[in-house]
Amino acid sequence: MTTTTDTARKTATVETAEAPEPPETTWQTMRRGLALSPELRVGLAGTLGLALVYMVGRAAVPVAVQQGIDNGIVDGLDLGVIWTVVAVTAAVLVVTTLCGYLMMRRLFTVSETALANVRIRAFRHVHDLSMLHQQSERRGSLVSRVTSDVDQITQFLQWGGVILVINLGQLAVTTLVMFAYSWQLTLVVFAAFLPAVFVIRRLQRRLAGAYGVVRQRTGALLGAIGESVVGAPVIRAYGISGRTARRLDEAIDGQRRAQQRAIRISVMGSSVGELAAGLALAGVVVLGVTLGADRTLSIGEVTAFLFLVTLFIQPVQIATEVLNEAQNAIAGWRRVLDVLDVEPDVADPGEQGRELPAGPLDIRFAGVRFAYPGGPPVLHDVSLEIPAKSRVAVVGETGSGKTTFAKLLTRLMDPTAGQVLLSGVPLERVRFASLRSRVVMVPQDGFLFDATVAENVRFARPELTDEQLAAAFTELGLADWLDALPSGLHTCVGERGEALSVGERQLVALARAYVADPDLLVLDEATSAVDPATEVRLQRTLDAVTRGRTTLAIAHRLSTAQAADEVIVVDRGRIVQRGPHDELVRDPESVYGLLYASWLEQTR
Amino acid sequence: MRLTAGESVASRTSRDVLVRGLAVLGRAIREEPRIFAVAVSSSVLFGAMTVASAFVVGAVVGDVVVPAIERGAVGVGGLALAAVALFGISVLRVAGIFGRRLGAGYMQYRLQAAYRRRVTRRYLELPLAWHHRNATGTLLSNANSDVEAAWYPIAPLPFAVGTLVMLVGAVASLFVTDWALALVGLAVFPALFALNVAYSRRMAPRQARAQRLRAEVSGIAHESFDGALVVKTMGREAQETDRFAARAGELRDSLVAVGRLRGVFDPLLETLPSLGTLAVLVVGTIRLRQGAITVAELISVAFLFTVLAFPVRAIGWVLAELPRSVAGWDRVSRVLDATGRMPYGDTTLDVSEPRPASLTFTGVRFGYEPAEAHLPGTEVLGEVSFTVPAGKTVALVGPTGSGKSTIAALAVRLVDPLAGTVCLDSVDVRRLTAASLTGTAALVAQVPFVFDDTVRANVALDRAGIGDDDVWAALRLAEADGFVAALPDGLDTMVGERGTSLSGGQRQRLTLARALAGRPRLLVLDDATSAVDPRVEAAILAGLRSSAAGAPAASILVVAYRRATIALADEVVYLEQGRVLARGRHTELLATVPGYADLVTAYEQAEVDPAKDETYDEVAPVTSGLKIEVDR
Repeated sequence: MTTTTDTARKTATVETAEAPEPPETTWQTMRRGLALSPELRVGLAGTLGLALVYMVGRAAVPVAVQQGIDNGIVDGLDLGVIWTVVAVTAAVLVVTTLCGYLMMRRLFTVSETALANVRIRAFRHVHDLSMLHQQSERRGSLVSRVTSDVDQITQFLQWGGVILVINLGQLAVTTLVMFAYSWQLTLVVFAAFLPAVFVIRRLQRRLAGAYGVVRQRTGALLGAIGESVVGAPVIRAYGISGRTARRLDEAIDGQRRAQQRAIRISVMGSSVGELAAGLALAGVVVLGVTLGADRTLSIGEVTAFLFLVTLFIQPVQIATEVLNEAQNAIAGWRRVLDVLDVEPDVADPGEQGRELPAGPLDIRFAGVRFAYPGGPPVLHDVSLEIPAKSRVAVVGETGSGKTTFAKLLTRLMDPTAGQVLLSGVPLERVRFASLRSRVVMVPQDGFLFDATVAENVRFARPELTDEQLAAAFTELGLADWLDALPSGLHTCVGERGEALSVGERQLVALARAYVADPDLLVLDEATSAVDPATEVRLQRTLDAVTRGRTTLAIAHRLSTAQAADEVIVVDRGRIVQRGPHDELVRDPESVYGLLYASWLEQTR
Repeated sequence: MRLTAGESVASRTSRDVLVRGLAVLGRAIREEPRIFAVAVSSSVLFGAMTVASAFVVGAVVGDVVVPAIERGAVGVGGLALAAVALFGISVLRVAGIFGRRLGAGYMQYRLQAAYRRRVTRRYLELPLAWHHRNATGTLLSNANSDVEAAWYPIAPLPFAVGTLVMLVGAVASLFVTDWALALVGLAVFPALFALNVAYSRRMAPRQARAQRLRAEVSGIAHESFDGALVVKTMGREAQETDRFAARAGELRDSLVAVGRLRGVFDPLLETLPSLGTLAVLVVGTIRLRQGAITVAELISVAFLFTVLAFPVRAIGWVLAELPRSVAGWDRVSRVLDATGRMPYGDTTLDVSEPRPASLTFTGVRFGYEPAEAHLPGTEVLGEVSFTVPAGKTVALVGPTGSGKSTIAALAVRLVDPLAGTVCLDSVDVRRLTAASLTGTAALVAQVPFVFDDTVRANVALDRAGIGDDDVWAALRLAEADGFVAALPDGLDTMVGERGTSLSGGQRQRLTLARALAGRPRLLVLDDATSAVDPRVEAAILAGLRSSAAGAPAASILVVAYRRATIALADEVVYLEQGRVLARGRHTELLATVPGYADLVTAYEQAEVDPAKDETYDEVAPVTSGLKIEVDR
């Protein structure tokens, strides 16, 4: 039942390269992010307080060394002093370690909770965006908004952010202690690090660029891999594995070269930091000894300074690494925020909205125009009325605008001008909950979830029993087809329904819409891949079960038009004809007449 | 996304993971021995200089600072030497960092690239049947994130190895200095090491769980966004969000669990060396009183504990990454070791003069292996036999799901039959070379696949002997020349990922042109013209059936529903449930095979027999268990 060619339908699940980031500062992004996740501020003061205590622990050892040397060693050995110093320091370390634990625990709980909410909100938001917007983005990049981008933020907040805060704190504490010992030596350390900071900042910018290239190349690589997997049948059928291999190799090596370039820049940064550390150490020794000779500094203080310099180097180096990651994380955060900031252009009026009146729905288009953003008009000033309970077919050549009809009617898109009304209520004022339960569309590509037939059909109405589902298939005249499946209702349809043929997928999608029991059913070439006999059978049963509801079918095959109460003929964005089939065919020179002649030509 | 790190890790003991992880690292070293040697020796240099720096600092304090401060006079020579020594060590450390990080990075990236190449090569070599058994998402992550995970521990590996050497050196230098201080080292360093090991062993299962949940969260997002239209039209956004939120919540909990563990170990790992330094202060003072060591030595050892704390964590990083690496490697090697080949033969067909090829199916059976072992496989075709004589057109007709697309795939050998033979020009397709096969038969699939490339590349596919003229000729034949000419860059227009910038019909005609450009001797159309105007289809078929010389250019096997298409066929093969029920001319079958007649005349019957509507009308709503109210 699986058809080899169906593989081509697989949409590649590809994370994509991102466009250059908008010029927003890191600070602005973080403020936007914090505004969006007020949870992040919960207990922030406490967490920062704990972090501060934790940092103090880092300066404890150099201070202990200085105290020990000056008071317990140099001025005559005094083990008692040493014991006191060690005991006090150990006690301090116990407290700071405990604070470290509490700080991390709080931080992780708060940040994970906040970001899980961001993730869920972004997910919902993507679904709330209009179909147009969803289609304009690559599927993979939308997925990465709720997966890898959010992961990057947590990664940054926890590994990078904590390390950054701790290290900056360590830097501050170290600087304070150093100043307390000797301002001259502190200046030496600063003099050694200042040029390094400048160089590192410059490298940072280059590195950000280099990482941008890596991201882009990674996107290209994923695209190439996706193509080789999804396009496997085509590659096989045309014997072009050589060409495909070449394209893959280019993408693979392109990414590797970009990665290598990035690491070269990154290594330069850490080397500069290390050299600065060497300079600082040497400078501290030279000046420290000179000052010591003047009795400005004690031996313990000079020694403590040497320890402090290493405490100073580490944060600078680690911060360099973390800042690289931070760039990625901030970019990720920005992308998530940008998605959340997009106002859904087809918005649910929500509480302010209205319910659709009970009973069958009638349709009215009032001066409706539509054009895709930046595109030519697709529909020009369409006005029409369709009474409740009627069965209408919309026909026209490919590109005539008939599918746009269906999308406007189900409010997948809003008209550029004019209004669509259902039973007198303007669509944009109808609450989505009401609209979606009363108006259902079956698209041509009836997407199936990786689950059983039953679970797919039950999608809109989880409460239905297996018996009811089986009854629905029987009513649709599909009982024999269902029985022929390996496990009947419980047959797994595979990823995107690929275990079924294209036509079979459409049958399941139709059943799914049927059990949803809408008052207005919109079929957008919903049976285009089904064989004629099954289609005709479906047509009849649908007619039977659609009595009492309004049906609008975008027709691929004119058999649908023949069975409809009324046919609406669309040509180049305008309604050119309207009426029952029998009436319309009387003029063989009309658009419908020609369409019908062509239809006859292919069917008999 | 079916195989996840969690499952494969949880089922194994951590000792096993360690052994297997080390084996994976060993493989990496064998693959890139030279780069690894450079990285490790740089790392050892770095380690040695780190230990050396401690002793230089000690010596500087003991031999320069103390005398200077005590005597109040600066020894310029000693001071200069100290400064040079400290700076010199820094320069050597920089050299070490340079070699270590560049080496590690290059090694990691080269291995990633090499294995991505190998995995994707396997994708190209393995038969389509293998592809069918594996989810797209799994194959994508095998080549991408699994390869990445497998070589992840390479980044900290040289650092870790260098650190091990450094630890040995540090303990040795401690013994040289003083046995009592060495004992402190022997207590602290192994404890630090043990703490790291304990940390990574506890972390591994939590990380694996988080990783598995991450994949599941991503899987839900993928599927849900793919089906966004259905979700939207059925108003199921809230339920889909609930489904996502449930898994996202689990992920959050597992990440918090990871965080708590970190909260315990990270501060401990920081504090332990500090405690070591304090112990050195006490023990050192005692030994100083005993006259066993000097102040310089005491300071050296204290300093050593401070600078060693950080590198020791590199060992922990490697250990922490091992489980992920093993899981990634398992999934990568599943592809690399996958059996199943579809070898090509060495026979070539004689094409000295262009003429149509014949296609013969003899007793062909086909089925799919079950997704899980205990389920029954599905038989798709049973004993299918028919012939497409050279130069003839045969239509394949049958109801939805009767196996037509499978026959199309078998005809161009995308898959091999379980039994029976498929022959081109009387030669079993399994005996043909790849070039001969693809040069002879071309398939146009039901769902067009377009590469993210130019129009030209999509039509020509870099096949030899297809120039721009041929591309245009093929486009013209497929009636695609008009829209291509109107594209902004003509043949050079990029069509976007999966051809998103084109309409469905345009994509279909582009793939049709692709098939025609190769001048196949057998053309297999799998309902490939459904979006093409019937007149266009008729013109295409007519063009193929008679070349300039009047003789047919190609044989055609066409899957069709349209009667106009069927009418063009010399013979019709009628299928039902994977079996050939009838063969013959359209008119014959129409008269003799009721199933066939029902299928192809369905529309006419619908028209002439409206009475049926009435019967359904009465039956349907009554039997309906769920359509309770027809009128609200």
